[in-house]
Amino acid sequence: MSKLSDLTIAGMRDGLAGKSFSATELAESSITAIEAARDLNAFVTEAPEKALEMARTSDARIAKGEAGPLEGIPLGIKDLYCTEGTLTTASSHILDGFVPGYESTVTANLWGDGAVMLGKLACDEFAMGSSNETSYYGNVINPWRNRGSNKPLVPGGSSGGSSAAVAARLCPGATATDTGGSIRQPAAFTGTVGIKPTYGRCSRWGIAAFASSLDQAGPITRTVRDAAIMLRSMAGHDPKDSTSVDIALPDFEAALTGDIRGMKIGIPKEYRMDGMKAEIETLWTQGIGWLKDAGAEIIDISLPHTKYALPAYYIVANAEASSNLARYDGVKYGLREQGVDITELYEKTRAAGFGAEVKRRILMGTYVLSAGYYDAYYLRAQKVRTLIKRDFEQVFETIDTILTPSTPTAAFAAGEKTDPIDMYLNDIFTVTVNMSGLPAISIPAGLSSEGTPLGLQLIGKAFDEETLFRVGGVLEEAAGFDAAPENWWA
Amino acid sequence: MSFDSATVQKIARLARIAISDDEAEKLQGELSAILGWVEMLNEVDVEGVAPMTSVTPMTLKKRRDEVTDGGYAEKVTANAPESDEHFFVVPKVVE
Repeated sequence: MSKLSDLTIAGMRDGLAGKSFSATELAESSITAIEAARDLNAFVTEAPEKALEMARTSDARIAKGEAGPLEGIPLGIKDLYCTEGTLTTASSHILDGFVPGYESTVTANLWGDGAVMLGKLACDEFAMGSSNETSYYGNVINPWRNRGSNKPLVPGGSSGGSSAAVAARLCPGATATDTGGSIRQPAAFTGTVGIKPTYGRCSRWGIAAFASSLDQAGPITRTVRDAAIMLRSMAGHDPKDSTSVDIALPDFEAALTGDIRGMKIGIPKEYRMDGMKAEIETLWTQGIGWLKDAGAEIIDISLPHTKYALPAYYIVANAEASSNLARYDGVKYGLREQGVDITELYEKTRAAGFGAEVKRRILMGTYVLSAGYYDAYYLRAQKVRTLIKRDFEQVFETIDTILTPSTPTAAFAAGEKTDPIDMYLNDIFTVTVNMSGLPAISIPAGLSSEGTPLGLQLIGKAFDEETLFRVGGVLEEAAGFDAAPENWWA
Repeated sequence: MSFDSATVQKIARLARIAISDDEAEKLQGELSAILGWVEMLNEVDVEGVAPMTSVTPMTLKKRRDEVTDGGYAEKVTANAPESDEHFFVVPKVVE
C-alpha cells in the first residue's frame, strides 16, 4: 500500500476534504519518510515538533470548517527563507546559529493558507551553485541513480534539497528560489516540476539575498497542478518589497484547461547549441511533436543575444552578490572570528565563514564594481541585458510561449565538474529568463540513456504564468512521465 | 586581462576577506579564466543601448515618511555574537 506521504498536494487536499485522513496523520507520514531518508542529506534542520503542532492546528481549523487553501499540506522550506524561531543558515557557516526573529513574507503566506512546515532544506551556499556541492552541510544526494550504478548523482542546484526531497516523496512540495536557474535545473535533474515566476510576483522580503535584480521565489512539486496551487499561495503583493508588484493574482489552477489549440509556440534556433547531446535534441523534438498534436502552432524564432546571457549574468549576479553579502561581518549575527581590530575581525570572519565558491563570486563582483572597471564590465553587462530582454519582447509580439530543453545534460556525478565555468554552463538554457525577468517552468519529459530524468522548459511573457500552466499541463500529460526513483535510501 | 597576485589581494582587501598566499595563487587562475570568458561581451554592439535599471516596468513606490516599524532592540540584537544592553559590541574603532 502506498504511503500518505506519496500523495500529491492535490491528492492530500482531496483526502483532507473528504476526511480520509487528518493533517496530523499526513505530517506523521512525512516525518517518518524524512527520518528514513537521512542518507539524502536533504534537510539542514528537521522540524517534526513544529510540524505536528501546526498539523494539530490545521485539524482544528478543518473541524471548524475554516480550512485555508493549503490547510494541512506538509511542505519543505529552502533554508534561504527566514523562518521565525527556526534556524536559518542559507547552507553557510557564516550564519551559524542564526534564528530569525521574523518570518519571510512567502512562508508567512503559506502558513496563513494553512500549510505545515516539515523543516529547512539544504541548498548551495547562499544559492550559489548548480549541484548542491557548495553547502557547508555537505552534498545533497539525488534520489535518482544511473541505471545499474550506485554512484551518487547531484540533485542540481541551488535548490537541490528541495528537488531531492520532493523527488524522494519526503514532501509533496517545497519552496525554492531561482537566480539563474536554481529552481528549474534541479527540477529537471530530479523529475519534478519547478516554476520561476515573473520577477515581482513573489515577495523577496525575508529571503537571504543573492542577486536582488534576479532572485525570485517559486515552488518545486511533482505535478503542474501542484505548482499552480502552491504558487498561488506563495505569490502576492507585499509593501515590504518595493519590487513586488501590486496586480491581481490569478487562480493559476484554473488555467489548466488542457486546451492549447491555436496557441503559438516559439522554437528558438539559438538554443540548438553546437555539440548538443542527441538525447536532449530528441526530447526537444518530441516535445514539439506533443504540442503540435495538441493543436498548437509551432513557429521558428530567433533570440540572437542568447549566448551572451551567461557571461552577462556572471557580472550582474556577482556584482549584486558582493554588495548583498557585505552584511555578513561577524557583528550582527552568525559566526565571529576575533581580530585585533574591526577590520581584522571582518576579514577573518568572512574568510572562515564563506566557502570557496562564495568567495570567488564576491571577489569577482568586487572587481567588476571597483573604480575604473565599472563601465567596462557592469555597465556593459546591463546594456547586454537590455538587448536580451528586447529579443524576448520582439518574439512575444507574435507567439504565446517558448519551448526549450531545461538543461544541456541529465544529472551528473558529485565531484565530476571541478572547473567553475563548466559548472556555470549548466544554466545556459535557464539564465536568459532571469536576465529578462520572465516566468519559466521546467516539466519532466523523459529519461536519459542512463535512466535519469530530463526536463523541458516553457518560457512565458511577463506575468503570464497562466499560459505556462496551461501549456505545461498539456506537455505533462503528453509526456506521461510516471517514472520514480527506486527507493534505495529507506 | 589576467589577474596578478597583488590584484587578487587588493580585491580581497576591498571585500574584507582574508586570503592566504596559496588561496591568492589559486584564485588568480580561476578569476583570470572567468574574466577571459566574460570578455565575449565585447563582441556585442551596445552603442546607444540603455543599461537595464528595472527588469519589469515599474515605478518605485513611495510612502509617507513615517515610522512604521521598530521598538524591539532585544529582538534585533538577539543573534549578535556579542552585545551589551542592546548595543553590538566590536573591537575599539576610535582611539
